Amino acid sequence: MEKQLLDKSVIESGEMVLNMGPQHPSTHGVLRLKIHTDGEIVSKIEPIIGYLHRCFEKHCESLPYEQIVPFTDRCDYLASMHMDHAFSITVEKLMDIELPARVEYIRVIVAELQRIASHLIAVGTFGLDVGAITPFTWTLRDRERILDLFETLCGARLLYNYIWPGGLSHDLPPLFIEHTKEFINYFEPKISELNQVLTTNKIFIERSADVGVLPGDVAINYGVTGPSLRGSGINFDLRKNEPYSIYEKFDFEIPVGKGDMGTVGDCWDRYNVRVLEMQESINILRQACSQIPDGDVHEALPKKIRPKIGEVYGRYESARGDVGFYIISNGKNIPLRVKMRSPAFCNLSVLNEISEGWMISDIIANLGSLDIVLGEIDR
Amino acid sequence: MTFREIQKHIESKIKGIISVEDGKDVIFVPPLNWNEIAQLLKNDVDLDFDYLMCISSYDKRDNKIYGAAYNFYSTLKGHYLEVRIEVDDELSIPSIVSLWKAADWHEREAYDMMGLQFDGHPDLKRILLSEDWDGYPLRKNYKEPDYYHGMPVPKDKSYWE
Repeated sequence: MEKQLLDKSVIESGEMVLNMGPQHPSTHGVLRLKIHTDGEIVSKIEPIIGYLHRCFEKHCESLPYEQIVPFTDRCDYLASMHMDHAFSITVEKLMDIELPARVEYIRVIVAELQRIASHLIAVGTFGLDVGAITPFTWTLRDRERILDLFETLCGARLLYNYIWPGGLSHDLPPLFIEHTKEFINYFEPKISELNQVLTTNKIFIERSADVGVLPGDVAINYGVTGPSLRGSGINFDLRKNEPYSIYEKFDFEIPVGKGDMGTVGDCWDRYNVRVLEMQESINILRQACSQIPDGDVHEALPKKIRPKIGEVYGRYESARGDVGFYIISNGKNIPLRVKMRSPAFCNLSVLNEISEGWMISDIIANLGSLDIVLGEIDR
Repeated sequence: MTFREIQKHIESKIKGIISVEDGKDVIFVPPLNWNEIAQLLKNDVDLDFDYLMCISSYDKRDNKIYGAAYNFYSTLKGHYLEVRIEVDDELSIPSIVSLWKAADWHEREAYDMMGLQFDGHPDLKRILLSEDWDGYPLRKNYKEPDYYHGMPVPKDKSYWE
């Protein structure tokens, strides 16, 4: 009689639930993904968030406006300048503050430097997620130069508290513009270097092209914004569509995904939009550095921030997308309610939609291409 | 379209439901009619609000009325609208997840933080806090608990202040 090694009647082929995170290097922070799988194929993903919840909105209800700015820094810790800027323009909208031209130029310069720094982390870690180790070290090396610039600017490397409602904490240090120009000249050739080693790399394209395709209408329905939306071929950028600050003065393009390596809206497109955006940020920086006027940056700083009674919704294009602050003021120096619309929160909610039917290894690529920051999702 | 044009357009299609307050570019909708208005906002060719930016819950500070502010934007037409719905504590707001998927997590957050109930939401549960949390922290009458699972909550602020 043939010996039976395996009793086939007890083998089950049902659904298996797999937990990825909260301590997992590929989830970019403390995110837990509850993955329902059939073998290696994913049938459903439930992102479980809240591990980094620090009650930002509750804190805001007991703090004066000036003291909220450092808290906004800690929301998106990879693009802190953008959070400061977003909160500041919202408060300024409520108070009708006119800013000196120099303040606006400095804000644009630091915001675009910050965009490059944030996108460097995004493309570097995305490469790391799909197995390219070297580009990550290169992008970190270049980002370090931007952090050094910011250190001369305000003493901090990550959490700046630099942009305040009504102005800035300091004027630029001497030679900052020259150092920025030096950085631009250093960094521009590095983009083509990155393209050679990663963007056009055969293995990288195989891992990211045609993977996790996000159609444009689905993206808008889920509220996906920023480079992840533009990767789907939708030309929507608040810097062009609803210009704030002085962005209408500059000449720059909005890169969108075209499906060069596969389908429009795949992981490669979302990645490539970020690389192209770094080039556009350089173009803006060149123009801003040559046009910056003189002036006093503390001219419009209000002595006390006491906005009138009312509500305001301010929008801002950060490195991750459309940041919104909804502020309800009751005429005191402490807001009644601050709600932050976090772009990465909405971007993450689309993960289940684009990951259905893909392998677990592709989930990592999808998540990396969405470029989430958990500090901002959980607030 | 400007706010006044949008207001007139909605009033011409559905009469006598929406209301406005002086000096505010906001449309107030009673919760019972929200489904009807939401469908108009999404499907009308002239309005075409395809992008739901944000749902912000708020507390009117009288322990009774809670509200939700919806911020809409049309990516094609480039116009903007804020809709507000205010309800009593016990009542619920119709969910709009079937029209805008973005509402899914935003409604869960409004439930989690402010205790707003959404009728017809597929999976209304806490999102940022743990599932066994008591109370809704962003309500103005929320008292922080003394104990969480038998662990005392530190209230001596001399450690960090």
